This record gives sequence, C-alpha cells and structure tokens, in this order.
Amino acid sequence: MSGAAPTAMQHGLQSCETCGLLSRPAAGEVEGRCPRCAEELSFRKHDSLQRTWAYLIAAAICYIPANVLPVLTTTTAAGAESDTIMQGVVLLWSPTGWPLSLIVLIASIMIPSAKILALMYLLITVQRGSVHNNAQRIRMYRMVEFIGRWSMVDVFVDTFTAALIQLQPLMSVEPGPGLFFFAAVVVFTMLAVEAFDPRLIWDSISSKEPSSDEANPGEANSNEANPNEANPNEVSYA
Amino acid sequence: MYNQPLNDPAVIACLHCDLLQRLPDLEPGASARCPRCHKELWRRREDSLNRTFALTLAAAMLYVVANSVPMLGISAVGRGASTTVLEGAMHLWREGPRIVGVLVLITAVIAPALQIAFMLAIVLEARRERPPRWIGTLLRHHPTTRTWSMIEVMLLGVLVALIKIADYATVIPGVALFTLGVLVFLLAGIQASFDPKEVWDRIQWADEDARRDAALDRIAGEAS
Ligand SMILES: [Zn+2]
Repeated sequence: MSGAAPTAMQHGLQSCETCGLLSRPAAGEVEGRCPRCAEELSFRKHDSLQRTWAYLIAAAICYIPANVLPVLTTTTAAGAESDTIMQGVVLLWSPTGWPLSLIVLIASIMIPSAKILALMYLLITVQRGSVHNNAQRIRMYRMVEFIGRWSMVDVFVDTFTAALIQLQPLMSVEPGPGLFFFAAVVVFTMLAVEAFDPRLIWDSISSKEPSSDEANPGEANSNEANPNEANPNEVSYA
Repeated sequence: MYNQPLNDPAVIACLHCDLLQRLPDLEPGASARCPRCHKELWRRREDSLNRTFALTLAAAMLYVVANSVPMLGISAVGRGASTTVLEGAMHLWREGPRIVGVLVLITAVIAPALQIAFMLAIVLEARRERPPRWIGTLLRHHPTTRTWSMIEVMLLGVLVALIKIADYATVIPGVALFTLGVLVFLLAGIQASFDPKEVWDRIQWADEDARRDAALDRIAGEAS
C-alpha cells in the first residue's frame, strides 16, 4: 500500500480528541478551540514524548522500592513479619492457591514491567523516526492501554487484607511502605499511556510521502459480522 | 478562537493514526474501522439512549447498595469483623500510606460514582430536542472517569484477599460482593450500548455560527 495516506495534519486540520470533530484553525492561527465542544485543539499532544518519558522514568524508579520494600506486615504473638510483593506470590503458591499466586505475579510483577518496557520501546522507535512495524506498535500501545488498570489488583488485595485482619492481640495485618511505591508505579504508567500520542507512530511515514494538495478522504472500512477481518489493503486512496 | 469546521461532517481523522477518511452510513450494530491502523472509529448502537438509560439507572441503584452494605466479613476465635469498600479505604488512610488510601477511594468509590452520575445526566439530557452544551462537558470527562473507575479490578483483588484470609479465619462474603459483581456487568453493558457520536451530533455547539456556516456551505456545494 504505497502512495500518500492523507493525514489531517498534512492538510492543516485538527481533530478533536474529545468529540471527534475535524476542523481548521482560523487563518494565521496555529491552534484554536473545537467549535463544537470548545476543547483546546492541537495537531499533536503537547510535549508528548517528554511527558511520557518523565512519567515512565518516575515509574521505573518507583518500581525498585515497590519490589524491595514490604507491602504487608503481619503481626502475631510470635512477632512481626514483612512480605514484599514477590514473597506474597511465593506464600500464595500451593497446590490449591497457585492460580491466585499467578494472578498476583502477572498483575503486580509482569504487567508493570512489561508496560514500562513496551512504552520505552515505543518512545525510542518514535524518536528514531522508525517506519517499521507500525501495525504491531499501535497494537502494543492499545494492549498497554487495555491491561494497565489490572496492575492495581495487588493494591486492592493488600487494602482489604489489612482492613479485615484486625484480630488484636492475636493477629493484625498492616500495609507497608512498598505499597506506596507500587501504587505510584501503577499511577505513573497510566499517566504515561495517557501522555503518549499514538499518532506519532505514523508521522514518520507520512512525512516520507508526498502530500497531495487537497484532502481526498478514503472511506472507512465497515462490516457487520467480524470487524477484525477488515483488510486495510482493500481501501484505496484517490 | 474557534476553529472552522469542515463542510462535510462525515470526514474525520483517525485518533490513533491521523488518517483522513469519510465515515460511511452504518446500520445499527455495524462498525467502521480505520483502514490503516484498525482503530474502531464508530460503532452505531441500536436504541442507544433508551438502553443506556435503563442500564445506568440499574447501575446507580446497585452502586448505592454496594456501598452501604458489608462486602466481606470474617470470624475467628469468637471475634468478627466486616468491611465495606469505604471502610477499606479509610483503614489505609489511618494506618497505611495515606495517598494509597486516597487512590483506593478514587478508583473504587469516587470514579465509579462519577462514571454513573455523568452517564445518567448525559442520557437524560440528550433526549431533549436540542441537548444543552453542558452535557458536552460531562461527555468530555466521561472517558477519564472510566479510566480510573476500577470496580472489576477491585473485585478480583477482593477475591484474592478473600481466599488468602481463608487460611486464618472464616470468610463471610457480604451482599455487596455479589452486588458489585452484577455492577461490573452493568458498567460493561453501558459501555457497549452507549453511542457518544449520537449525542455529539445533536448537541448545541460552542460556536453556533460556525455550524450554520458549514451547513450553508454544504447546501450551496450540493446545489451547484
Ligand atoms: Zn487509524
């Protein structure tokens, strides 16, 4: 599929992320407001790469204490014992408990680290102006966006475990400082996804293709049965 | 300064790859995807406002129940304890990292409440002949409330906690646990039945003149 794929930016048009309306800034202006919903418009999210990097680095830094410091401290007559996330995973691992252990392992260890690595990969490829694997990269972005919230699972586990097990003087469970850093990792990665502008993935392709003088929009694919089977190659641009 | 809209409102740009395209007219239930990056551009819903209204009303009632009755209880060596979602967050506020208590409060209590309240206001007001502009503000912030509303994640966390605690004490699942389970499905149903484009298409514009000019230009273009 060669040939120019017309983008809104090439034609000086801005689409509203809020309501989807496409509009053109007034003559001489670079940016304006959406005439329909009054949202401030720009061609791309402002400082998208810098802001995503900032959140990501913050997340990566917090990831270390999140895994080293205890998230729960259990006090019994025998004394106090602190567990990190990984120790919690190991503790849960048993012939009957392994599915839960696996849930916590995936949600608290694998998803946050995969999110950080995937976003770093996206940032680096965008900054290097890569034109390869765009379809995979946008899929990766959507995956990160979709699974991100599930890393909150352990925060809820620890919250309700601590809230319930208050059987003083026999036993009590209190949250530990690791929980703070872990929650920070989740929030920072969610903000990083929010700050990233997926359109940047496609910009290097667009800039390498000649821009036509007039917008000639193609028709979007539509089908009722299985939308996933839509073949992008079948759509041609005039 | 307001931007100038295009004459053809069906021309849009993909929010994931910026590709310009024209939205086709869709049958209810059908969807249009971006030919370049496969992002779903629009899915037309059948009877969107009525269905969403019914689901949202049910969700609002279940939300109230879920937050006023106990979610989990335990009993061990003659002692008992129980907690609601709110008490769980309050416990963190008192004992733990405070800010995490706030995060739990936001993701499990406040964001879901806003998500339901915003949607209720939107579907009620969108039925008017010319829906007022302030529901655009609610529509604008609704995705944010959805992002931070994590009832389904909390439910999984509660289930894990429940089985963990079962080692130390007898766990008594509360009514709220089942209510929250149904609420998760209702919230997913709202998402599946609501068609934001339908509301945006009817809403009062911030710049009514621009809308009128674009419409006049279109009519003139079609006539010539
Ligand atoms: Zn696209």
